[in-house]
Amino acid sequence: MVIEALKKENVDLIFGYPGGAVLNLYDQLYDADIRHIMTRHEQAAVHAADGYARVTGRPGVVFATSGPGATNLVTGIATAYMDSVPLVLITGQVSSPLIGTDAFQEADICGITLPITKHNYLVTDIADLPRIIKEAFYLAASGRCGPVLIDLPKDIQQAEGEFRYPKNVQIPGYNPTYDGHLGQINRAVKALARAKKPVLYVGGGVVSSGAHELLLELAERTETPVTTTLMGLSAFPGCHPLSLGMLGMHGTYWANIAVNEADLLIAIGARFDDRVTGKINHFAQGANIIHIDIDPAEIGKNIRADVPIVGDAKRVLIELLKKTDSKQHPDWLARIEELKNCVPLDYCQEPEGELLPQFVIESIYRETKGEAVITTEVGQHQMWTAQYYKFKNVRSLASSGGLGTMGYGFPASLGAQLGRPEETVFCIAGDGSFQMNSQELATAVNYNIPVKVAIINNQYLGMVRQWQQIFFRRRYSSVALENGPDFVKLAEAYGAVGLRAEKAAEVAVVLRQAMATPGPVVIDFRVRAEENVFPMVPPNCPTCEMIWSDEE
Amino acid sequence: MKYILAILVENKPGVLVRVAGLFARRGFNIESLAVGKTVDPTVSRMTIEVKADEKTLEQVVKQLNKLINILRISNLTHEPSVNRELVMIKVNANPANRAEIQQIVETFRAKIVDVSLQSVIIEITGNEEKLEAILLLLSHYGILETVRTGKIALLRGSKVTKNGGVKENGKDVL
Repeated sequence: MVIEALKKENVDLIFGYPGGAVLNLYDQLYDADIRHIMTRHEQAAVHAADGYARVTGRPGVVFATSGPGATNLVTGIATAYMDSVPLVLITGQVSSPLIGTDAFQEADICGITLPITKHNYLVTDIADLPRIIKEAFYLAASGRCGPVLIDLPKDIQQAEGEFRYPKNVQIPGYNPTYDGHLGQINRAVKALARAKKPVLYVGGGVVSSGAHELLLELAERTETPVTTTLMGLSAFPGCHPLSLGMLGMHGTYWANIAVNEADLLIAIGARFDDRVTGKINHFAQGANIIHIDIDPAEIGKNIRADVPIVGDAKRVLIELLKKTDSKQHPDWLARIEELKNCVPLDYCQEPEGELLPQFVIESIYRETKGEAVITTEVGQHQMWTAQYYKFKNVRSLASSGGLGTMGYGFPASLGAQLGRPEETVFCIAGDGSFQMNSQELATAVNYNIPVKVAIINNQYLGMVRQWQQIFFRRRYSSVALENGPDFVKLAEAYGAVGLRAEKAAEVAVVLRQAMATPGPVVIDFRVRAEENVFPMVPPNCPTCEMIWSDEE
Repeated sequence: MKYILAILVENKPGVLVRVAGLFARRGFNIESLAVGKTVDPTVSRMTIEVKADEKTLEQVVKQLNKLINILRISNLTHEPSVNRELVMIKVNANPANRAEIQQIVETFRAKIVDVSLQSVIIEITGNEEKLEAILLLLSHYGILETVRTGKIALLRGSKVTKNGGVKENGKDVL
């Protein structure tokens, strides 16, 4: 019944890991024409489904068994919840009569995932199952997207029932607002017309609602520069003259200063996260704030909104564009140009010197022309990717933003590659993060998923080391990874291709070699150990107080 | 300040824990909570008293609204409404002071529902001030034990809190 329902939802790919409480489910899968990707750890299955969902816009589907299988999903579910990624997770549960008896491999996964799912279900009657699956897909992928879990006891999996898949869903307590309030939209139009120094501040909501083209139209028509969050990076072309890049803790100097000097901030699908705003009462102090978001709870949560608009970014922008005239801001753009030249993003790669991580990432950008699908792990390499990889296309980045999950990027790249088989997929990783799910090399080789993993190997947990250097007087506590594995040999042990680059001249060569390889490749980039990510806004400081270099 | 929210929820297992869990993890404070079925057996009604500032209350309501099983939230704080709590109080009472206690009970329109040689149980309903007043008076005799329900509230007049809004003669008023 589950498989039939999944077919009705046009699911053609499931990520999962079998076990005792899902034997029946996997038996049904045996001769079903749905592809199942078995990862080597349940956590990787969720991350892979999450990567798939982020780059395709379709909900990712995960199977796992009860108890440890289900609890292994938790980090992945929390990752997806924080970044509003649509997932449907189906976990096995012990038979109904055994629930609550501490049976073998029993865990109250509905209770455990209560705070990290959009909604969850424990199925108690086979007759409810079709409706629940229908609701789960609807909830996951509508409104503000998120993960939905269905806990399925073994006896329910074995039960027979009539399969009638509902055409519509009726959930009385769930009615997302899609259309923005016209009065508020009119106020936004007027504010835009009056503004002399407007900035668009764009988050993942623009990506998930597919409003990227409308955003480009709005930015160009009103000559408004665009800064994005990490989640919003692929929503606006990084090479566009109006692009300011990312803002926040490791954002560009000019993005942070522009927000600081702006008289109007138009936030779309973004949530004023502390990594973006720094000290919140200093953020965009001189600006009127228009806040467009599908989730009413985000509006006014962290910051006052002068013009609140609850609605889907795409629909709100359609209305907004109907009434918005073109406008020029030559003085404002000149000021931004000045800021860009004042503190540019740069580094100095000596041809024979130590390899710099920024150079490696910029090389990946050059070799892929900004058109690859990129996933990242979490840490310094993630921030350098945000700074130096200029994303050209929407949905071309999958990165754990809200939860900051190390171990996310590599399995996510597998899901991303399966979702977009024609494209080049790079996972930009750190040597620490990659080791959190490196067992998935087996999955990559097993299904010949041709992802390219670029390990920015600095032999440290780089971001933690950077904080220890700056805020704890270089007392490096438990951050050295000097006895890490030989990543080339590790790749080879799994049957993947392993490459290494230690000099600047080798970088483009190994990247081309990797892209010409039909299967999965791991590249070990041995980079300078104590390189830091700058600019950097120290935690809980105003975003205009940036540190630019080691000397400060 | 204290706010009173009337919340209609689907009468399903686990809904209470979703609501309580939300309060706990977002750091909101529940002063009191009462829950029971409504005339529609598929719908339960919770009355929650929240101690918060206005901004926090706004977040409480918005976050509660995101719970799929919640049908309707009404803020009754600034509406004319009848608020009641019920308390049972077990007080030391000997033959010498029982008459005195009896007098207090009558003044407050409370009831004695159990009598033993050494104690009585008093049942009283009312708003918070009234309950606090009798508790203060009875504390002179020695309160052995009390139990109280959470606050419950209904709008005055013909207005009702219904799934779909607060309605008066079928028209939305809140």
